Amino acid sequence: MSFSVTEPTKGTKWFAGVLVVAYAVITLIPLLWIIATGFKSPADSIAYPPVVVFEPTLEGYVNLFTDRTRATEDMLEAAGPPQTWYEEIARERGTVISGPSRYGERFLNSVIIGFGSTALCMILGTAAAYAFSRFRVPLKDDLLFFILSTRMMPPIAVAIPIFLMFRNLGLNDTHLGMILLYTAVNLSLSVWLLKGFIDEIPMEYEEAALIDGYTRFQAFYKVVLPQAATGIASTAIFCLIFAWNEYAFAVLLTSGEAQTAPPFIPNIIGVNGKDWPAVAAGATIFLVPVMVFTVLLRKHLLRGITFGAVRK
Amino acid sequence: MAEVVLNGVSKAFGDETALDNVNMTVPDGSFVVLLGPTGAGKTTTLRMVSGLDKPDAGHVSIGGRDMAGLTPAQRDVAMVFQQYSLYPHLTVRQNLEFPLKSPILRTRQSVIDQKVGEVAEILQISHKLGNKATALSGGEMQRVSIGRALVRNPSVYLMDEPLSSLDAKLRSDLRIELKNIQANSGATLLYVTHDQIEAMTIATHVGVLDNGRLVQFGTPREIYENPVSVYAASRLGQPRINVVPADLFGGAPQAAETIGLRPEHIVQGEGEDSMVKRVEHLGDQTRLHLAFKNHDLITVTDAHTELSEGDIVKIRPEKPYYFDASGARVA
Repeated sequence: MSFSVTEPTKGTKWFAGVLVVAYAVITLIPLLWIIATGFKSPADSIAYPPVVVFEPTLEGYVNLFTDRTRATEDMLEAAGPPQTWYEEIARERGTVISGPSRYGERFLNSVIIGFGSTALCMILGTAAAYAFSRFRVPLKDDLLFFILSTRMMPPIAVAIPIFLMFRNLGLNDTHLGMILLYTAVNLSLSVWLLKGFIDEIPMEYEEAALIDGYTRFQAFYKVVLPQAATGIASTAIFCLIFAWNEYAFAVLLTSGEAQTAPPFIPNIIGVNGKDWPAVAAGATIFLVPVMVFTVLLRKHLLRGITFGAVRK
Repeated sequence: MAEVVLNGVSKAFGDETALDNVNMTVPDGSFVVLLGPTGAGKTTTLRMVSGLDKPDAGHVSIGGRDMAGLTPAQRDVAMVFQQYSLYPHLTVRQNLEFPLKSPILRTRQSVIDQKVGEVAEILQISHKLGNKATALSGGEMQRVSIGRALVRNPSVYLMDEPLSSLDAKLRSDLRIELKNIQANSGATLLYVTHDQIEAMTIATHVGVLDNGRLVQFGTPREIYENPVSVYAASRLGQPRINVVPADLFGGAPQAAETIGLRPEHIVQGEGEDSMVKRVEHLGDQTRLHLAFKNHDLITVTDAHTELSEGDIVKIRPEKPYYFDASGARVA
């Protein structure tokens, strides 16, 4: 089959440009809206028609990170003038800060569970994918299908058995339990994706390393892994995004110690009324780690490092 | 340095027979070239010796030690792959250092630097040491790939068409260089090529493979002057041996079906008439394409011949080879 490669015409370039910009606007507007809402006052956040130009305030962020109580005149006098800028913000609403909120802890839980399960998933996934790609495994195709099939049902279908299992094993509301669960869920995806990437790496490199005096494991470590870096990086991003955003299992299986941020953020509503700026602030901060992780690994996603050292 | 012995080695990939009961002794310090068309089993033979593939039957031993169950690393062999197989994430220097840094050798850095420097010099790639392995031309990759084998001092070197991507000049330079390295170090070398000039010039022994069977093994001269079959005879010689029906000239033995005439087996100036179809002046020699009783023959004549197209030349065979219907030599 042949096709001609020609320079795109001005018209197609222009059309493609419009398409990309339109797509970017559609996907970015909700994001921008959330970020903006985080800096709005509660009144501005629910104003109709929506306000686009507003006076920014850090009230949402202060409310997100603190617990506050409604203050009486006596309490205010006893407390004296506000010591810090965030106390001042709380005071303007007639409240005093009674202590830090639990958002910090929940966020840290998300980091531990998200990155922990991603790391575990990469270690197990790469090893399994390498074995499936290179060795003669009995019932290979059936096993691969079985691994994939664990991804076919909705989480809620297995929620109750998992809940009971976790309770019996003492894994309820623990970091370890959540790391194991997310790893189990993500492993099918990572094995399949990584097998594809490792299949692309020609066997000749490992054979050369075996001849050059290395064992199979050393050849894997020194020759295959560096070349699979691109695939591992992109798979890690997928796994992290899933583990980071997961809500259903988190609501069901965590409540205190190991609760992640996703089930915590909606809890903000209700404690002090519908505090949309605080919710938006929580969501904004929640976005940051995944964005940083993706940006850090971006160069791996773009680099085709195995290009051309084996003659086809 | 060591002797390599293949004893009744067979290998099949699915229904395809790659090697069929190959018995071969590669003497210590010899330069053995395997000849044969694609699919004859040349590369498979190298892979059997290297340990990358295991024989279905038979044994491989190196230096008197049975290699069954030993990994490539334990066999102490160096191999140049046909597809280069340079590590794409490493520089040229790191590629050359890689075997020396293996857990088996653990060479000191000063020795590594010296070795890599020497080999890079021989292969004319010193100026490319800092390059990524992927930022090289095909010929340069091939030289790095040869270099990765030469930095070591293994019991056997295995080379799979190591000069195929080089231009003519570099190829003849490196041919001599490889021969020198082998002669000076006393290394045992098992070498695969399509190129019969390579086989004739560098080999101490040639093995001719046909469909997974080793049909002849001997010095290049033995194979050239005393081939066991039409097949072996047509592996060596430029221009190729002429194969025509045995009764064309008369005087053939009873069992002979075809007659094989190397250019030097055709005596010019006596015998029967043939017509010159084409004259190719190659400088040091001239090739004559002749038509003889509806058969084409190619022979070699004086470099400054006066013959031209359409001339008549008398020819007769001189000590030709006779082959039977199956292609085996009968006389």
